[in-house]
Amino acid sequence: MSEAIKAATLEYATRLGDDSVVLGHRISEWISYGPFLEEDIAYGNVSLDYIGRARMFYTYAAELANDGRDEDDFAYMRNDREYRNLLLMEMPKGDFAYSQVRQLFADVYYTYLLPELLQSKDETLSAIAAKAIKETKYHLRRSRDWVLRLGDGTEESHQRAQKAVDALWGYTHELFDMDETEQLLADAGIGVDVSKLHDAWLAKVSEILTEATLTIPEDEWAVRGGRIGYHTENLGHMLTEMQIVHRSFPGCKW
Amino acid sequence: MTEIPLMPIEQYERLQLRNNADEKALWDLLDAVTDPEVPVLTLWDLGVLRDIERNGEQVVVTITPTYSGCPAMNTMADDITLALKQAGFDDVQIKTKLAPAWSSEWMTQEGRRKLRNYGIAPPEDAELDEDGLTPDAHAQCPHCHSRNTRRISEFGSTACKALFQCNDCNEPFDYFKKI
Repeated sequence: MSEAIKAATLEYATRLGDDSVVLGHRISEWISYGPFLEEDIAYGNVSLDYIGRARMFYTYAAELANDGRDEDDFAYMRNDREYRNLLLMEMPKGDFAYSQVRQLFADVYYTYLLPELLQSKDETLSAIAAKAIKETKYHLRRSRDWVLRLGDGTEESHQRAQKAVDALWGYTHELFDMDETEQLLADAGIGVDVSKLHDAWLAKVSEILTEATLTIPEDEWAVRGGRIGYHTENLGHMLTEMQIVHRSFPGCKW
Repeated sequence: MTEIPLMPIEQYERLQLRNNADEKALWDLLDAVTDPEVPVLTLWDLGVLRDIERNGEQVVVTITPTYSGCPAMNTMADDITLALKQAGFDDVQIKTKLAPAWSSEWMTQEGRRKLRNYGIAPPEDAELDEDGLTPDAHAQCPHCHSRNTRRISEFGSTACKALFQCNDCNEPFDYFKKI
């Protein structure tokens, strides 16, 4: 592996790990607040899948960095400006409709991204994708069911689901942006060219939203910046909560 | 027509690996280590235990996680180390192998029987839906063997299970998902 490719792969694994840990933590915020017990457990399960993915990506990043850091250092010892996650993942949990619509956007994204990552020439990235693909099928079935149920439900649930779609739409454009790092990896057959996933994502999301009697918003605005460390204020708040125990009691085991 | 049950290829290959292993005694020794969440299943039954090698004094055990975030994996690794230490092997290394990804096909026939007796329906006791996912009904009840059952929750008490309820005997039961 050339030095340039190695550095880019380290950055890429960190980005994918950041997406997973941030979304996983956001989902975990629903535990004990779910509308009923089974839903609570479901959120716990999905959250664990994402946090597990983050661990695999971070472990690989730490191996590439080879500077004495481990997966925990990646998760707990970096500040918000060092995080490289997509902004969509860090948005606060909001109401139940908001979280399920975000989940749908993310699940459809991974439905198309992971099979591409499976083709990666990098064996570790490919292995992580192989693991995650199976889980994502279950995630998507659940978020799709919920969006249909809320969108095509009561007046209240429909209105909340539509509000969530409108509020989150502008954060989805960033999912398909490429930069130099990701282009280098895509050209080398290691990373995924996410710009090529947009049409499939839009078609699938539109199909589900239409079936849920929800309206697909116009592309009036877009917010970007997660991949270069420019975040919304929400991430900082989330990280303080996620990181406080680790930072207050270094090396603590229980 | 009566079907002759065949062992899935994955299981056959695992069995061959174990039977031809140089360290057969170590495989037998680790039969004492079970899944912390489903204590009737050994790590061999579950399919998590992939390989055991001797490297001089060192014992290298290779495991493959079931689900990405399965919190039981750390306990399993600790339990393997402990079992080997108690048998006098002080130098133990646990290697985590991600590829190929764990599949419920790797679970042994014996493991499936044990699961059923324990009150958990094994993967083959439900017909998957057209997307290859857990169906919303008809997993066989491990208690009264009825097929008249319904899914209550896609996600059960652990990542590897879904929750069903039997409409005949009314008992809720876990179904071990096929992945």
